[in-house]
Amino acid sequence: MITLKINDQLAKVKEGTTVLNAAKSLGINIPTLCNHQDLCVAGNCRVCVVEQKGARTLIASCAMPVSEGMEIHTNSLKVRNARKHIVELLLSEHRADCTKCYKNQNCELQTLANEFSFGEHIFFDLTEDHPYSIDRSSPSFSKDDSKCIRCQRCVRTCAELQHVSAIAVSNKGSEMKVSSFHNRPMSHVVCTNCGQCVNRCPTGALTEKTYIDQVWDAIYDPDKHVVVQTAPAVRVALGEDLGYDPGQRVTGKMVTALRQIGFDSVLDTDFTADLTIMEEGTELLTRLKKILVDGDKKLALPMFTSCSPGWIKFIEHKYPQMLNNLSTCKSPQQMFGALAKTFYAQKRNIDPSKIVSVSVMPCTAKKFEADRPEMRSSGYKDVDFVLTTRELAVMIRQAGIDFRALEESKYDSIMGSSTGAAVIFGATGGVMEAALRTAYEIVTGRSVPFKNLDITPVRGMEGVKEATIKIEGTKKEWNFLEGAELKVAIAHGLVNANKLVKAVSTGKASYHFIEIMACPGGCIGGGGQPIPTNIDIRKKRMEAIYSEDSGMSLRKSHENPEVIAIYKEFLEEPNGHKSHELLHTHYVQRESY
Amino acid sequence: MYHTGNLVKELADKHGRQRENLMPILQDIVRKYNYLTDEAMVEVATELDISAAEVYGTASFYTFLDTQERGKNVIRVCKTITCSMKGKNDIIAVLEDILKIKVGETTPDKMFTLVETNCIGWCHKAPAMLINDMPYTDLTPQTVIDVVKGYMSK
Amino acid sequence: MENKGLSKVDLIFEEINAKEVLQKAFAMTSEEIIQQVLESGLKGRGGAGFPTGLKWKYTAAEKESEKYIVCNADEGEPGTFKDREILDKVPYKVYGGMAIAGKAMGARKGFIYLRGEYRFLLPQLFIELHKFHKMIKEIGFDFQIEYRMGSGAYICGEESALFESIEGFRGEPRNKPPYPTTSGLFSKPTSINNVETLVTAMMIIKMGGAEYVKLGTKDSRGSKVFSISGDTPIPGIFELELGMSVQEFVNEFGDGDTKAVQVGGASGFCVPRKRFIETIIGFEGVPTGGSMKLFNSSRSMYNVLHNYLEFFTEESCGQCTPCRVGCQQLLKGIEKVKKGEAKSTYLNELIKLADTMKVASKCGLGQSVGNAFRSIVENFREEVIY
Repeated sequence: MITLKINDQLAKVKEGTTVLNAAKSLGINIPTLCNHQDLCVAGNCRVCVVEQKGARTLIASCAMPVSEGMEIHTNSLKVRNARKHIVELLLSEHRADCTKCYKNQNCELQTLANEFSFGEHIFFDLTEDHPYSIDRSSPSFSKDDSKCIRCQRCVRTCAELQHVSAIAVSNKGSEMKVSSFHNRPMSHVVCTNCGQCVNRCPTGALTEKTYIDQVWDAIYDPDKHVVVQTAPAVRVALGEDLGYDPGQRVTGKMVTALRQIGFDSVLDTDFTADLTIMEEGTELLTRLKKILVDGDKKLALPMFTSCSPGWIKFIEHKYPQMLNNLSTCKSPQQMFGALAKTFYAQKRNIDPSKIVSVSVMPCTAKKFEADRPEMRSSGYKDVDFVLTTRELAVMIRQAGIDFRALEESKYDSIMGSSTGAAVIFGATGGVMEAALRTAYEIVTGRSVPFKNLDITPVRGMEGVKEATIKIEGTKKEWNFLEGAELKVAIAHGLVNANKLVKAVSTGKASYHFIEIMACPGGCIGGGGQPIPTNIDIRKKRMEAIYSEDSGMSLRKSHENPEVIAIYKEFLEEPNGHKSHELLHTHYVQRESY
Repeated sequence: MYHTGNLVKELADKHGRQRENLMPILQDIVRKYNYLTDEAMVEVATELDISAAEVYGTASFYTFLDTQERGKNVIRVCKTITCSMKGKNDIIAVLEDILKIKVGETTPDKMFTLVETNCIGWCHKAPAMLINDMPYTDLTPQTVIDVVKGYMSK
Repeated sequence: MENKGLSKVDLIFEEINAKEVLQKAFAMTSEEIIQQVLESGLKGRGGAGFPTGLKWKYTAAEKESEKYIVCNADEGEPGTFKDREILDKVPYKVYGGMAIAGKAMGARKGFIYLRGEYRFLLPQLFIELHKFHKMIKEIGFDFQIEYRMGSGAYICGEESALFESIEGFRGEPRNKPPYPTTSGLFSKPTSINNVETLVTAMMIIKMGGAEYVKLGTKDSRGSKVFSISGDTPIPGIFELELGMSVQEFVNEFGDGDTKAVQVGGASGFCVPRKRFIETIIGFEGVPTGGSMKLFNSSRSMYNVLHNYLEFFTEESCGQCTPCRVGCQQLLKGIEKVKKGEAKSTYLNELIKLADTMKVASKCGLGQSVGNAFRSIVENFREEVIY
C-alpha cells in the first residue's frame, strides 16, 4: 500500500493506482476528458492536471501512478488557471453550435465549459482556420471533425476493443486529426458501424445517424401502419437515459411509452429471437449431420452466429474466406422485418406497402444492416427505420411522457410473445445458451442438464468463453451424436472475436458452434446504448437481462406459442423453403481497408 | 501513379513483418517512388497485418512520407529562421519561375515537386534546400538555377 | 557566477586511436566506467542536460537481460547542426561512445536514430560502421549498432517519441513515468544519449573524468560544440569551453551590431543586448544544445517569433491540448496584435498561456515553447506590437 496526501487528506491506495483514482477514493473529483475506464491511459487532453509538491510541472493525474509520500493538490490556483486555459483551448478548436448539436446537454466538453469557462472566452476561434466537412456517408453514424477535441477515445476504442482501427490519428501539429484510411468516407472503409466510438465520444464529433423525424412523420401519416419492435437489450438500458440507475428493467413502461408515442403496434424482437433459435439451432444440427454423417464438403464448421451486424461486416472485411462458416440466419431484427411485411401483413390484412417497420436497437450497426440490399425479401425494405436506445429516449422526452409515472403494459400480438431464451440474446453468451436449451432438447428430448436451465459456463464478462456439452440419450434420428461432445465458444468485443477466429482459421482451436457479438458484453454494451458505458454499467445491465429471463414462465424458444403457431400457419418448418426465402441471407466479401 | 508490383512483398521479406518494420518499408517505397499511393499503403497494411488507416496515420505524421503524388525530384527549401533571414523567399521565387509551379505543386511532367520544409540543419550555410536526399547550401538565385538545370538534364 | 571566458577546445573532433580507448574501457568494470562519467560532471548535450552518468547508472541497475543504448541523431532544433558535423567527421567516436555505454550498462545492442534530412550521410556512415563492427569483434566485445531513419518530424528528437518512431508508430511522446532507463525502446531499459554526449563520454574515458572536470564551471562541466548562425561573419561549428557570458560570445562571433542572441534554438531563450554581460551560457544561465543564433538590429523580432511559432504549430505532435492548440493560439494571437485586431495587452494573456503550456504540456516541446515566446515578447514587446 502507498500512502499519499491529496488536498491535505491522507490516502492509502494500492501500488500502481493512478493519482486520479486515489483522489476518487477520497471523494475528490478531478475532471477528465481523454480518460475512459474501458481504454488504456492516454494522458493527452491534460484536463486532469494536478499539482505535485516539488514537481517542476503539473502532472496528468490519469497517467501518474501514486508514490509514497506524494503530496497532491487538485485545486490550487496553478491548477485552476491551467485547467481553465485547457478547457478554453479545447473550446477554441471546437465548433460550438451547441443548440443545434445532437449531443447538447450530453457533452462532456460542454459540462467542463460550464464549470470552467463561462463568460467571455480568452482565445480566438480556430475553427475557421480548419476547413471541415461532415462525413455522413455511413447509415449508422456521422463524423464531424469540427467538433473533435482529439482525445482519441474513438481511436483507442476501435483499436483496443474492436481490433478494427477503421480510424486512426493522422497528420501532426495543428493538422492532427482522426481519419479513416486516407480520409475515405466511413461507408467505404473497414468500419463495422458498431458505434462503440460513438458511445465513447465526449462531444458531438461522433453521433449516430438519427431517424427520429422520419419515424415521427410516419406515425403522423394516417395512411401508414407503423409497427415497432424492441430488442432485448433495450429494456435493460433505456431507463439510464430517463433518470434510472443502471440495471433497472423498464420493459412494461417502455411498451406503454411506445404506445403513447403512437406506434400502431408495439411488438417484440424477442419473438424473432426465439425464431432465430429455431432456425439457427436446426441449421447447426443439420450442418453437423451433413458434415459428420453425409460427408458434405461444401459446409463448414464451426458455425458462427450471425445476429450481430458489426460482427458480420467485420468478417466480411477481415476473414472473407470464412463466410461459409457463418450461419445463414438473418438477425432477429431482419427476420422481424421480413415477417412484418408478409406474415403480419397477411394476418392483420394490411397492405404491406402501407406498413412502416421501425426497430429500436441497442446498436448502430443495425441501421446499416437494415440498409443492406439483401434485406428486402418481403419485396419492400424489411426494416424501414432503426432507432437506437438513445433515440427512443429522445422521442419519449419529445412526447412529453412522464416515464416514471407510466403504467406497465404488455406487448401486442401477433409477434409480441417471447421466452427467456430470447431475452438473454442481449448479453454475451445468451444466443449460445438459448440455442443449447433448444438444440439439446431437439436431440435428446430432455432439458439441458443445468440447474434452472442456467448454462452458467457461457455467461459472464470474460472475453472468450468455452464450454463442452456432452450429448447423451439421443433420440433415434440424432443417434449419430450419441456420446459426442459439443464444443462451443463465445466471444464479445471484436478484439476477442478476432482472437477466436484467428485461432480457428489457423487450426489452433476447433469448435462446433461459436457465438460472436461485436460489442463488449454483447448487445447490452451496444453502440446505441445510453452514454456513458463502462464495465460496471454493463454488468448491471447483464444482471437485469438474466433476472428478466429467470422471471419468465417460458424459457425455451421452442415453447414460444407464437413461434409454434407461425410454423404451423406460415413457415411450415425450420429451415424450410419459406424460411429460406424470408429468414436466411448471404454475405459478401469486402475490401481490407 | 505507379504500381508497386512485388515491391511491398519484397520489402516485407527484407525488413520483416513486425510493426517496427513499418517505417523502413515506407521509407524504401518513398525512396523509389517519392510518395505512397493508397494501393501501396493497403499492401503494406496487408503484409504487416495492421489496418490501412494505421499505415496512413503513421505515414501522414512524417513530412517525408508523402501520401500525395510527388514528382521524381522533390525540392524542399528550408523555411526556418536563418534560411528565411538569408533569402529563402528569393530562392523560392527563382524555383517557381524556373519550374513554372507554386510551392506545394508538382510539374506537369512529374519531374519536380516544390515544397518548403522545416530546419534541415544547414543554418550556417543558409539558405539551403534538399533535392531528394542531397543538400544544397549557400544558395543564390544563380546557383539554384544551375542545380535545377542539372536535374533537368539528368 | 563563475565566468570562464571564451576559449576554444578540441576534444570532439580530435582524431584519436579509438581501439586504444575502447580497450581501456573494456578493461574497466561497468561501475568504473560509470564512475568516470559521473565524476566528469557530463550532462546531456542534446539540450535537456540530464547527467549522463546517472542515466547510465540507472540503466545498468535494471535487471533485464535485454537493454539498449540509443543514439539520438535526430538533430532538429532550429539552428543546430553540430551532430551532422560530428557524424560526418568522427563517426567512429560516436560508435565508440555507444560501445562504452553498452559496456557500462550491459547493453549489447545500439540504435542510431538519424534524421531523414541527414540521409545523404548514410553511405559513408555504413562504411565506418562496418569497420567499427570489425574492430570491436577483434577486441572481443559483443556489440552491434543499427541505424533507424527519421522521416521529417522534429518531435522525434524527444526521447520517447523517438522510441515510438523506431517501433513503427507516430512519433508521439509517452507518459512518464516510466522513464526510458526502466522502460524505453521496446519497453526495455534504455539509455538514450545525444551524438555529442556519446563522443564526449569516449573522450572522458580517454582522458579520465578528473581531467575533464577541469573544463567548464560547477554547473556546466566540460566543453560543448556550438552551432553558430544568423548575423555573424563566421557562421559554423565551434567547440568552446562552457562558462562564457553571452557578451564574450558576441564579442567573438557578433557582427558588431548584435541586438539579441537566441540560445538553444526555437525552444531556447532569447537574450537581449542588455543581458549579454550577466548571462552565462550553460546550465546556470541559458542552457543550450548548441544552437546559437545571432540577430542584428536589421531583424524584426516579431518575424523571428512568428517563424518559431509557425515551426512549433507544424512540428507539435498534436496529441496534447496545451501544445497543439496553444501553439496555434500564440501564433494567431501575435498576428492579431500585429494587425491591431487585438489589444497589445492581449500579449499578457498569451504570456499566461505560454506559462500554462510550460506546466501542462505532455513533453518538452510544449513545455519549452514558452521560453522563446516569453523572452522575445518581454524583451522586444514594441517590435511585436508595432
